[in-house]
Amino acid sequence: MTGPMTSSLPRAVHPAAWWGWAIGMAVAASTTTNPVLLLLALCVVALVVAARRGTSPWARAFRLYLWLGLAIVVVRVVLHVLVGLKFGEIVVLRLPEVTLPSWAAGIQVGGTVYLEGLLAAALAGLRLAVMIACIGAANALANPKRLLRALPGALHEIGSAVVVSVSVAPQLAESVQRVLRARQLRGDTTRGLRAVPTVALPVLEDTLERSLLLAAAMDSRGYGRTEHVPRGHRLVTGAVTLGGLLASAVGIYGVLDATTPAMMGTPTLLAGLALSGLGLWLGGRHVPRTTYRPDPWRGAEWLTVGCGVFAAATLVTVSRMTPELLVMPLTPLAVPPLPLAPVVGLLVGALPAYLTPAPLRPAARVAHRGARDRVVVRG
Amino acid sequence: MADHAISLERVSVTLPGADGPVLREVDLTVEEGELALVVGRTGSGKSTLLGAMCARVPHFTGGVLTGHVLLHGRDTRDHRPRDLADVVGVVGQDPVAGFVTDTVEEELAYGMEQLGLPGTTMRKRVEETLDLLGIAELRDAPLRDLSGGQQQRVAIGSVLTAHPRVLLLDEPTSALDPTGAEEVLATITRLVHDLAVTVVVAEHRVERVLHYADRVVHVSRDGSVSSGTPAGLMVESDITSPVVELGRYAGWAPLPLSVRDARRAARDLRADLLGTLERSSPADRSASGERRRRGHVARQGGVLSARGVVVRHPGDVVAVAGVDLDLFPGEVTAVMGRNGSGKSSLLWALQGSGTMSSGTVRVVPPATRAPTPETAASGGTGGTASDSVDPRVLGAAERRALVGLVPQSAADLLYLDTVGAECHQADRESGRLSGTCADLLVEIAPGVLADHHPRDLSEGQQLALVLAVQLTADPPVLLLDEPTRGLDPTAKAALSRLLRDLAARGRSIVVSTHDVEFVAECSDRVVVLAAGEVVADGPTAEVVTSSPAFAPQVSKVTGPGPWLTVADVRAALEGVPA
Repeated sequence: MTGPMTSSLPRAVHPAAWWGWAIGMAVAASTTTNPVLLLLALCVVALVVAARRGTSPWARAFRLYLWLGLAIVVVRVVLHVLVGLKFGEIVVLRLPEVTLPSWAAGIQVGGTVYLEGLLAAALAGLRLAVMIACIGAANALANPKRLLRALPGALHEIGSAVVVSVSVAPQLAESVQRVLRARQLRGDTTRGLRAVPTVALPVLEDTLERSLLLAAAMDSRGYGRTEHVPRGHRLVTGAVTLGGLLASAVGIYGVLDATTPAMMGTPTLLAGLALSGLGLWLGGRHVPRTTYRPDPWRGAEWLTVGCGVFAAATLVTVSRMTPELLVMPLTPLAVPPLPLAPVVGLLVGALPAYLTPAPLRPAARVAHRGARDRVVVRG
Repeated sequence: MADHAISLERVSVTLPGADGPVLREVDLTVEEGELALVVGRTGSGKSTLLGAMCARVPHFTGGVLTGHVLLHGRDTRDHRPRDLADVVGVVGQDPVAGFVTDTVEEELAYGMEQLGLPGTTMRKRVEETLDLLGIAELRDAPLRDLSGGQQQRVAIGSVLTAHPRVLLLDEPTSALDPTGAEEVLATITRLVHDLAVTVVVAEHRVERVLHYADRVVHVSRDGSVSSGTPAGLMVESDITSPVVELGRYAGWAPLPLSVRDARRAARDLRADLLGTLERSSPADRSASGERRRRGHVARQGGVLSARGVVVRHPGDVVAVAGVDLDLFPGEVTAVMGRNGSGKSSLLWALQGSGTMSSGTVRVVPPATRAPTPETAASGGTGGTASDSVDPRVLGAAERRALVGLVPQSAADLLYLDTVGAECHQADRESGRLSGTCADLLVEIAPGVLADHHPRDLSEGQQLALVLAVQLTADPPVLLLDEPTRGLDPTAKAALSRLLRDLAARGRSIVVSTHDVEFVAECSDRVVVLAAGEVVADGPTAEVVTSSPAFAPQVSKVTGPGPWLTVADVRAALEGVPA
């Protein structure tokens, strides 16, 4: 197809769209233990990340999530061997078993390990690993700072605070380094706890000073400007927000606890969320703040979210109607099925790799050598 | 009635915890489109005055402000700094400290976002500002990767996008090299002339801004403020530029403010000076106090010798690319060069505590430098290369007894809660008699009380304390990394005298600095670094007069000739040694 989406110019896709897509993929992965489908989901996610991630540092973090996933699979298998409840017929490994009292019935320390149990544990681990890879994909594809910029006006000040605190961390490390180096000049090479006051005092002093300077600068640039809000309006906003949050809390409780009346569940939760949204909107109306070059929400964003939702919907539907297609057959052990509908659903999830605009590749600018040098020297 | 851009009516400010007011009964008006230069000694209340103009005093700092401060008719009593964001823009000394976002474009837009301007307006103003400041090619660059001058221009741009009618700049160039400072000053004058923005600049280095200023505001130590035309006020001011001093000495009226004015007034003076050159015999000339010629005297007994010093920083940055350097006792060497040219890295490598990727540094330890008759006669301090040691192999304490370093942020070395405790600690660290450091401090900076907290001292006093601490170890080589930053002219003159004095007692001093006037006052020899390499190394007079960027004002007025300071001129004309 040669629609507006394929031919569009390189730009960053709205970070919320990537999160929507990733959550959809994670939901889809959560419905199955079929290794074919799980690995397919992982490939889809990795493909999209490889095709559409930017050049920022967090874009390179996807690899870390993959390692984390691998660690989860390994830990799950090891735990199964050590303390898991073993089942199955094909013996893999004979281990001595410790007899536990009856109240510890869920735990089996040691004991013969069967292939079926081992596979079940590995696949459960793999399912979690794929879900984590989906979240990692969202992190790699969506610039977290841009996501904060997309916050509603009423929450903007929190967003600014987060951005500032994120950028303070490297500065702190820099001052610690600088002071450590300076201590050498006084011939002071004490290490360990006794060195803490000699380092902490200058560093804290430095940090405090910078924070005050930054606060003053932000104040002078209009941070926290508010319009005059009539008292009545303020009260309404407060009541709506508080009511919304309360209703959401009750609703979540209702959803999780099956014994509560049906009305206390999903309907209350939805009403609570709607009220909270209204409160945010009302509060944001009186924040005289705009966003410079906000990320647009266009066809590509709808498409991205749509693909994620389609994948999730397909797998959830299949799991309701023919759950056996999504489960690894363990008793008896057999080759996992390759059902058409879930495969198509997951493959649709890969479309954003081709149909969204390519990410911006900043022109290779030679970093200003002097500046980098200066930073290093200061540090 | 047309409002003044800034008007202060009987303003007095007392900061919290202070005994008396910092500003006393100040009446001041600045008209629209003026460039006002605020001068005054450190601690005289310059920053407080600027703070009062943008409502940070007292809304942010606390304290008591009496009287009225009006900005285009808005009283700071009823307006917090954020409510004035559309009228007044503030730029501080360290641009990085005020950055909220992390790329140039977002930083330029931040203030406008806070004011709630529509998106199309923001787009337009960001583009205009990028062009106005000449930083369009940096639009998506990370702020931390920019050079100091670029950062400061972004900081100015980021307040300009809100279209303020008043711009307050508190020492905007003090952290910049001469080129960066020129960029920023050119931007400021352009704003004044093209956009009629009212600009108030506080600056220690008067010579950089004086000739652009329409009005000078002088803040005295007692908190009184006087303002007037630059030429009028400079006749009496305790803070001046070398050109003004030369004008005062030569009795020119009206007082010249720029090199151009002075050069035109100096025709007779130049003739007189050249006359003294022709009259005096070569021997006379060296006797008449041209200390900078000493560089030509064959020097023996170098105290530090560095060969092929290379410093690489992580990320494949070569900061120092093969520098050979010999340091001699009794000599003050200035290391100059733009920001990032490797000055700091070189000093740290010479001291031995910093990274050094390859090369050798040998220092002749003081024990072997006991002057023998012949070496004393030749002016050297003896010791041969075979006695020398590599400071890198020594422990930190021994190293500092060989080479002392005062780093850029000197206060990093101070961590105790009184001056006295710091001095004690210094005595212990260097194994000296108790009281050595305190005595040194009294000598360097009388009046620093032992029970003061080091953080409460002025920049100059902190520097003095750190110097005393480092001198306690009695190193034959002393390195200072940009010590003149943030010093007022008086403190700078005191530092210059101190360094000359230390050199006269046989120490070898290295100062890295951007301040050409300070170099002219203080150093015998200048080493210019560029991209980590030595591009010039020679006697001060030769190196600084050979390029306009490094030439001090007096030399630009009297050149071509070896006179760098007013003292040199006076010495030449009156025949007294400088």
